[in-house]
Amino acid sequence: MTLNGWAQIALFCGLVLLLTRPLGGYLDNVMAGRRTLLSPVLRPVERGFYRLAGIDPSEEQSWWVYARAMVVFHIVGFAFLYFLLRLQDLLPLNPQGMSAVAPDLAGNTAVSFLTNTNWQSYGGETTMSYLSQMAGLSVQNFLSAATGIALAVALVRGFARAESKGIGNFWADMVRVTLYVLLPFCLLLTVFYVWQGVPQNLSSYVEATTVEGAKQTIAQGPVASQLAIKMLGTNGGGFFNANSAHPYENPTALSNLVQMLSIFAIGAALTNLFGRAVGDERQGWAILAAMSVLFLAGVVVCYWAEAGGNPLIGALGVDNAAGNMEGKEVRFGAPLSALFAVITTAASCGAVNAMLDSFMPLGGMVPLINMLLGEIIIGGVGAGLYGMLLFAVLAIFLAGLMVGRTPEYVGKKIEAREVKFTMLAILCVPLAVLGFTALASVVPAGLAGPANAGPHGFSEILYAYTSAAANNGSAFGGLTANTVFYNGTLAVAMMVGRFAIIIPMLAVAGALAAKRKAAASAGTFPTHGPLFVGLLVGAVLIVGGLTFLPALALGPIVEHFALLAGTLF
Amino acid sequence: MSKREKSQSLLDPAILKPALLGSLTKLDPRELVKNPVMFTVEMVALAATVLTVRDVVTGVAGSGFQIQIVVWLWITVLFATFAEAVAEGRGKAQADTLRRMRSETMAKVLLGVGDTFEPRRAHTLKVGEKVLVEAGDLVPGDGEIIEGVATIDESAITGESAPVIREAGGDRSAVTGGTRVLSDRIKVRITAEEGSSFLDRMIALVEGAARQKTPNELALSVLLAGLTLIFVLAVVTIPSFATYAGGAVSVVVLIALFVALIPTTIGALLSAIGIAGMNRLVRFNVLATSGRAVEAAGDVDTLLLDKTGTITLGNRHATRFIPVTGVTEDEVAQVAQLASLADETPEGRSIVVLAKEKYGLRGVDVAELHARFVPFTAQTRMSGVDHEGAVIRKGAIESVIEHARSLGITPPVDEVTRIATTVAKEGGTPLGVSRNGRILGVVYLKDIVKGGIRERFAELRAMGIRTVMITGDNPQTAAAIAAEAGVDDFLAQATPEAKLHLIREEQAKGKLVAMCGDGTNDAPALAQADVGVAMQTGTNAAREAGNMVDLDSDPTKLIEIVAIGKQLLMTRGALTTFSIANDVAKYFAIIPAMFIAFYPQLGVLNVMGLATPQSAILSAIIFNALIIVALIPLALRGVQYRPSGAAALLRRNLLVYGIGGLVVPFVGIKLIDVVVAAAGLA
Repeated sequence: MTLNGWAQIALFCGLVLLLTRPLGGYLDNVMAGRRTLLSPVLRPVERGFYRLAGIDPSEEQSWWVYARAMVVFHIVGFAFLYFLLRLQDLLPLNPQGMSAVAPDLAGNTAVSFLTNTNWQSYGGETTMSYLSQMAGLSVQNFLSAATGIALAVALVRGFARAESKGIGNFWADMVRVTLYVLLPFCLLLTVFYVWQGVPQNLSSYVEATTVEGAKQTIAQGPVASQLAIKMLGTNGGGFFNANSAHPYENPTALSNLVQMLSIFAIGAALTNLFGRAVGDERQGWAILAAMSVLFLAGVVVCYWAEAGGNPLIGALGVDNAAGNMEGKEVRFGAPLSALFAVITTAASCGAVNAMLDSFMPLGGMVPLINMLLGEIIIGGVGAGLYGMLLFAVLAIFLAGLMVGRTPEYVGKKIEAREVKFTMLAILCVPLAVLGFTALASVVPAGLAGPANAGPHGFSEILYAYTSAAANNGSAFGGLTANTVFYNGTLAVAMMVGRFAIIIPMLAVAGALAAKRKAAASAGTFPTHGPLFVGLLVGAVLIVGGLTFLPALALGPIVEHFALLAGTLF
Repeated sequence: MSKREKSQSLLDPAILKPALLGSLTKLDPRELVKNPVMFTVEMVALAATVLTVRDVVTGVAGSGFQIQIVVWLWITVLFATFAEAVAEGRGKAQADTLRRMRSETMAKVLLGVGDTFEPRRAHTLKVGEKVLVEAGDLVPGDGEIIEGVATIDESAITGESAPVIREAGGDRSAVTGGTRVLSDRIKVRITAEEGSSFLDRMIALVEGAARQKTPNELALSVLLAGLTLIFVLAVVTIPSFATYAGGAVSVVVLIALFVALIPTTIGALLSAIGIAGMNRLVRFNVLATSGRAVEAAGDVDTLLLDKTGTITLGNRHATRFIPVTGVTEDEVAQVAQLASLADETPEGRSIVVLAKEKYGLRGVDVAELHARFVPFTAQTRMSGVDHEGAVIRKGAIESVIEHARSLGITPPVDEVTRIATTVAKEGGTPLGVSRNGRILGVVYLKDIVKGGIRERFAELRAMGIRTVMITGDNPQTAAAIAAEAGVDDFLAQATPEAKLHLIREEQAKGKLVAMCGDGTNDAPALAQADVGVAMQTGTNAAREAGNMVDLDSDPTKLIEIVAIGKQLLMTRGALTTFSIANDVAKYFAIIPAMFIAFYPQLGVLNVMGLATPQSAILSAIIFNALIIVALIPLALRGVQYRPSGAAALLRRNLLVYGIGGLVVPFVGIKLIDVVVAAAGLA
């Protein structure tokens, strides 16, 4: 570990903290429909959309109507994307002449982009036409991110409102997020990435002859625009197969920093929006603090594991000073690869700038744990906040009784109904992860997937389903996932991980919104101090840890001890 | 605490024997299904039993270990049912006494003409029928006195041996079935039918028969069921994982892991905690109509307390004589003493005492004085004596001034009013003293704030509870007493409407309000309040409107009720946290033991250095069962409760039950392992 490495990590954290408050304020204004800097330009456009769709943005929807609108929207989105992929060979903007995407892969990909997972069972530059990338995948990148933010704001309204039937209007929320937040920021980021050397064209691929005389095909395309939303919307689906390790998708240290920042920016800002909405910004900072504790712990462990390098390779006389460099880009090195890996899995992004499969066992376990905990460390845009708030409800209920009152969180009493739906939502990730991993580790179709033997192979399967159920989308690598079995089961895992959380979460929002707001007193459990932060972190770790410890013990943990004993897999 | 409370030992055979029996009958799955966690344990214990029997029959090696696991699984369930049975047993004894009282009462049912009646069994009485109760009779049912006054022995219900007076009209008209009339005769209109009477409710309550899950208990049950489901997932997927790794894990071991992980500790003790909380309240001589009310008491934000009897002693005491210009203090003292000689009210007596102690005036016998005593009436609002031609009066300032004017004397209105105002501002009540119409001065009657009450209010404030004093006094007096007693706010010149309005106002601000009251005009406010404690001495209307009844009729108890409610919730929270924190150590015991056969590397996780895989698993499951029994006393007693702010309480409880819950099982499992290994059990 080096001072330089730590300085870069510190710089990143500092910049995120600086962005949180101003961006949170902006998001708050946008979602409440208040006037913002961009209103003079965008308000007429916004109104135009409402008129076109015949929507009254001020009409409040109950949680059930809100959920229904969301589901309908996703069914239509799925059909559109699926058929676009199936028919891409007949459609324009296909200079490389890509053939139609196979049904199981098209289905898997459609679900993947719809659920903000961006699990990719395919290589982008060898599978997708430009039309599919731009009109299909990029569009869903925007919409799935907007959905996440809209849902988080709906839950926040549940906490903020009192004796209210509605939790907002799904259509208005979607329009506002996309129009005022995602589009303008992506425009700026695209220009920035182009400056950094990321291509943005519709040209066919370039054939080149290397110095050694070998033929090389250099892929092209509208990369910068897709890269912008891939990061900002925590989607993570790379234009190229190598994702952000590809020099065209992440050319410089500066582009790397901006990519990392844009992964965390909205997620962190939403905690501030929560604080503002409930009338006490400290509540937001407490949530962010809990996320930060978990994040920093992950960064420290991962950086430590990667910077130490593989002792068995060191024993062969190889210089290990740069750390474990297998599968890493030299321009990023161990610290930025470790940091990126922790960020991308903490935030449900799933973009990678190094190959996780080549991480040390404990280094690779950190991303795995980040996802297993339910993507609540900053998390996917919106999804992270609502996931963490559900954990807050749980933590408050577990320990809140100990102050001798009905547990309350930001003035809302937590009662049977909220506990029921929260448990339902929290159950989903273990159900999908453990269920499918158990299935894949015994059926032949599943056993055909992993490239490695023993616990490492097990980790590959576990990681795939974890990534899918947590809607992360990052790949551990090593697993041959483009099969009917994996495409199918992973798609189901992605849907469970998204919708089976969202719907109970909205039910919680509805139940909370209907409650009256209790006044705070010295007898109320204070939820803005270090005690609460510690409690929240403890609840997340204990619930997550207890659920997944057996699986982890048989994967990365046993691999780590085996490695120490001199066995590799 | 109340006089009825006895220390009930856990090992008291009177409770223990039926409890042991009860713990067996409670194994009935139809009953146990109400407790999802323990029901699950019973089902898997059943499955483990079947598997083990099969293994024993087919002679599979190592079934000795399996048998031990199965035995401990059943013991775990038994300990849970035992905990509930013990909690219930403590209420049963009390219920039996009450039930005996109810049985053989004969009622004298009035026929509507004069005092003619027909004797009938009490349980046939209908609401609205009128009965005659004479000295020596048991009151046949709950009712309202419509005629007469009587002294009644209510010790059967309240435990208080001194008889009380009950009379028609006013706020002391309610009688309770099962109490005994000692003197006089009353006519009573029955207000509750057999089965729904006060006594019945009380029996149901102490027996836990009418027990329904309270809102928090329900939410907690849901949470525990959810956690159980998560652990189902964690455990049922292990065989596949093990297969992938090229090993296998026996079903009984998986069951052991599962039972160790699910929150059995709190699952086993949850209902016992609820019953014990209710019993604590009953032993405090408070009856709650529902568990919901007890929980609500823990949530209370605002306490409305009547001044008289709660904050101040019921009686005012004379503390000073203030003369008007030209009169000496001694003269005022002398006249005031004369005016009060025949006055038997506490205020009157305190004037005589003050005159004697401070001014050296000896008491004189009224009879010796040949004076004529003029008693207090609501019309004159004065009392006094006519003595040797002198007309001596004391009373409300306005009345004394009026009295002077009626005798043709111009009173020093300004000066007297000024003195009176000063007295009122200091929290006292001014009493004018006059001789032959000439106002000599003012007696300063002071409200005595109860000792220690200020500290109680400070505690309540620390707990985040606001206290509001309700009084009929004028605002100046109220403000002074409020300041002296240390309440946060006061409502002066309170009317029933003003009380109701105040409660609504607080509730609109999102606060939960508790109050106590006795009169019929308190009924709307009692019903509106989130926690309404009616006094046993009060009217039936008040008793019906409130959700608790205090048998001792001590309004100060509201503070204890809040504490009991909080303690109940805290105990649940503490044991839940403890239960879940325990899992960490159990994992460290079982996971290496389970996987070591095919991944010897995981032996590193055996941080406790447990002897063998079998002894590790057995020790974890034994610990899991024993901890239930070890915590029964805590569940029944409740966790220690000190009034303080939420943050301090949480910090302390997290430290004790959270960190303690992490550490204790590491020590416990290790110790059990040492014993298990030494005894050669595994």
